[in-house]
Amino acid sequence: MSVLVYAENTGGQFKKSVYELISYGKAIADLLKTNLSVVSIGNVSDVDLAALGKYGATKVLNCGNEKFKDFNSQAFASIISNAATTENADVVLISNSFAGKGLAPRVAIKLKASFASGAIELPEIGESFIVKTGAYSGKAFAHIELKSDVKVISLNPNSYKVIETGGTAEVVKVESYTGDEHFKCVVKEIVRATDKISLPDAELVVSGGRGLKGPENWGMIEEMANLLGAATACSKPVSDADWRPHSEHVGQTGIAISPNLYLAVGISGAIQHLAGVSSSKCIVVINKDAEAPFFKAADYGIVGDAFEVVPKLIEALKKFKAAHN
Amino acid sequence: MRTLKKNKRGKITMKILVCISHVPDTTTKISFIENNSKFNAAGVQFIINPYDEIALARALELIEGTEGTVTVINVGDISTEPTIRKALAIGATDAIRVNAAPRDGYFVATQIAAIAKEMNFDFILAGRESIDYNGGQVPAMIAELLGIPSVSIAKKLTIEGTTATIDREIEGGKEIVSIPFPFVAGASEGMAEPKIPNMRGIMSARTKPLVVKEAVAVDLLQEIKSYDTPKPRGQVKLISPDNAGELIELLHSEAKVI
Repeated sequence: MSVLVYAENTGGQFKKSVYELISYGKAIADLLKTNLSVVSIGNVSDVDLAALGKYGATKVLNCGNEKFKDFNSQAFASIISNAATTENADVVLISNSFAGKGLAPRVAIKLKASFASGAIELPEIGESFIVKTGAYSGKAFAHIELKSDVKVISLNPNSYKVIETGGTAEVVKVESYTGDEHFKCVVKEIVRATDKISLPDAELVVSGGRGLKGPENWGMIEEMANLLGAATACSKPVSDADWRPHSEHVGQTGIAISPNLYLAVGISGAIQHLAGVSSSKCIVVINKDAEAPFFKAADYGIVGDAFEVVPKLIEALKKFKAAHN
Repeated sequence: MRTLKKNKRGKITMKILVCISHVPDTTTKISFIENNSKFNAAGVQFIINPYDEIALARALELIEGTEGTVTVINVGDISTEPTIRKALAIGATDAIRVNAAPRDGYFVATQIAAIAKEMNFDFILAGRESIDYNGGQVPAMIAELLGIPSVSIAKKLTIEGTTATIDREIEGGKEIVSIPFPFVAGASEGMAEPKIPNMRGIMSARTKPLVVKEAVAVDLLQEIKSYDTPKPRGQVKLISPDNAGELIELLHSEAKVI
């Protein structure tokens, strides 16, 4: 019996969501009175792997073959499920990242496991094992009982705190993989904006809507985001009009996010938009229409013209940063 | 020049399967009945899952002007037939309904994989997730059950011969992958614009084939015990636009988010 976490890396580096997932795994392992193992695929340094012990891992299986430099859902799922079998894992945890979304369903099939995708808090473990996830695109939560012996759970980013417990993990090299038939899907090119904060992982998000009147007015949104260290987002009409890329669209048919701060400028707050952002911890709405429905779902609001309010916020942020650095 | 798969007469005969879910309209206010264990469908308008509409639109673009076919498949009871007919009105060639309630992702994926095994599609498209369960499980599960490659969140899809080039969504960018037939892809925004059925489509949809198949048996691995809805937030704290800067202080000292 054990808990197994897949620690996803991006170009050999771990992101915060991995530490969240291992902390989450440690808490589940404690509830089940068992150990936590981690499996890593691709090129991560032994120092970084051993450091995962800090979050509660006792053992790290390192499948560090050059062949696994690029993401491959079939091969990776095979490695993870082999690791789950050798570790005798009854709970397998995977980040609900874009890669995780392609992996976790495959791992569940391989292990004949039940699968809850997008968990948002620790499972309730008693006579039954119940996982809480989002449902109806942020409009509801589902409590799913996982009934099989082996369970796969994917955890949403920003849903669990990183907890350092101290310790170093034992790193074990594994070469369990042979399936060359899994390399049909080939990565040709990776295009990544390195200077921007990725929206699904972001703790702070500044978002703009139609109230900004045109793409040429996004400079102030970006400036505010830069000052905050926030990611930028937008509403559906904005991405539909190609003012901003689809990858920035948050809402029912875009990305669902749960940052600590969601600051919405010029977004009225249609039910579809609220669905994607309602699990944000703090919501700020800036809109010139006092009747905008978004104010009812906000923690703080400013009724005013974005073109007057945002420059004042930028000023205040600059002062704030100067005072707190 | 397109070099798509052709038949003996030189006509392109690509065969695509598109999976569609029957989901509450995006404007629906969600409520539950029977001790919060069941979705309250009373008075709710159902639609084709928006991501599935994107998948359908792209499939139709790919077969346009060819002898290719687009089959839509839905796992659902008879109440989903108007949604399936709408997909036929938009332009799908024919349809299959697997006659069973879509219990969970594994159940749905198993039904679709069972049909796909019989029918030899060149590739399978679905939406990246349904807007009701949001699991995003079905595309990769179908692929795993069939032992074929997949891209769960595909922003762009083009075909050359029997190979697709797909933009896979990644954090902060995209990964361009090459993937041979057969494969499964989950459509995301940007792949195509949803199509609206025209009058001719609506008329012809009535007579297009809609085959009903019985479900295969699937082990019950999980069950939704209950639902709840987010707690309403407290009263909004309004800040005067003249003192907008005050907000920054509140976010720091009161909300503690910066």
